[in-house]
Amino acid sequence: MVKKTISILASLLCFIPVAVLAQVNDPQKQYTAFDMRSNGKIYVVVGVVLIILVGLLLYVARLDRKITRLEKEK
Amino acid sequence: MRTSWWKILCVVLLIYTVIGGFLFSVPAREILHETIRNLYFHVCMWFVMMVLFTTSVVYSVKYLRSQRLRDDIYAVNFATVGILFGVLGYATGTLWASYTWTEFASNTQIFTEPKLTGAAIALLVYFAYLVLRGSITDMDKKAKVSAVYNVFAYAVLFPAIWVLPRLLESLHPGKEGNPALNFKDSDARLKMVFYPAIIGWILLGVWITSLKIRLDLIKEKSILNG
Repeated sequence: MVKKTISILASLLCFIPVAVLAQVNDPQKQYTAFDMRSNGKIYVVVGVVLIILVGLLLYVARLDRKITRLEKEK
Repeated sequence: MRTSWWKILCVVLLIYTVIGGFLFSVPAREILHETIRNLYFHVCMWFVMMVLFTTSVVYSVKYLRSQRLRDDIYAVNFATVGILFGVLGYATGTLWASYTWTEFASNTQIFTEPKLTGAAIALLVYFAYLVLRGSITDMDKKAKVSAVYNVFAYAVLFPAIWVLPRLLESLHPGKEGNPALNFKDSDARLKMVFYPAIIGWILLGVWITSLKIRLDLIKEKSILNG
């Protein structure tokens, strides 16, 4: 009985490295750069794109106001 | 600013798109890797183009029925901004393809790609729409001829980008149906950003168009009211 338990445990142990390996080979980890989000300074890129986007949107909003003023003039 | 709730919605959705588009988790895809995020930008450009071209053709038909110059101004501005978004979609697609398709497809396959060729044909047809307008000086004739042409351009647009690429061998996704709009097919994580992104970009396209239309209406005020 004890022997059987040990053998089961041992065989279970055999699977652990496989499981670890499987995690490393997990396509999600391999293909998408998770580190980028914390260490790769991706936030800087998000910031830059946001500044451009907000700048452009403000420009469009300003045009909108100008045209509204023109419409009211006449 | 006139009726601004949808403009605020547009700003909010686009800011959400950029933040979510860059930072949220995406499903792992071979070849595409992180570039799957282009779904929120490249694909949306084509959505905006389709919406604007469809609106444009509706106004062209309205013009042909009513002969009101106002409808012609609407039609031409929707088409112009639609072309802008089409060119943006084409340019972004070129960049995307050059880093993904080149990994498995030959140059010949890429250059003869039916969806690229179809999109190029459709855009050229719409360029010709603007050239045609520019070549006629008489205002009513310009409006009438270009409205008829616009209906034909739309009739070319559909087979060129929706039908032909599905009949031929294509590298571009979408041959099997509408993967972007298939509720069962696309990943929930993508949909969470993709659907708001579509609405946000469409609202931006409509916003820019509305500004151009209002400017034209001010310019043509004497004719419109006379």
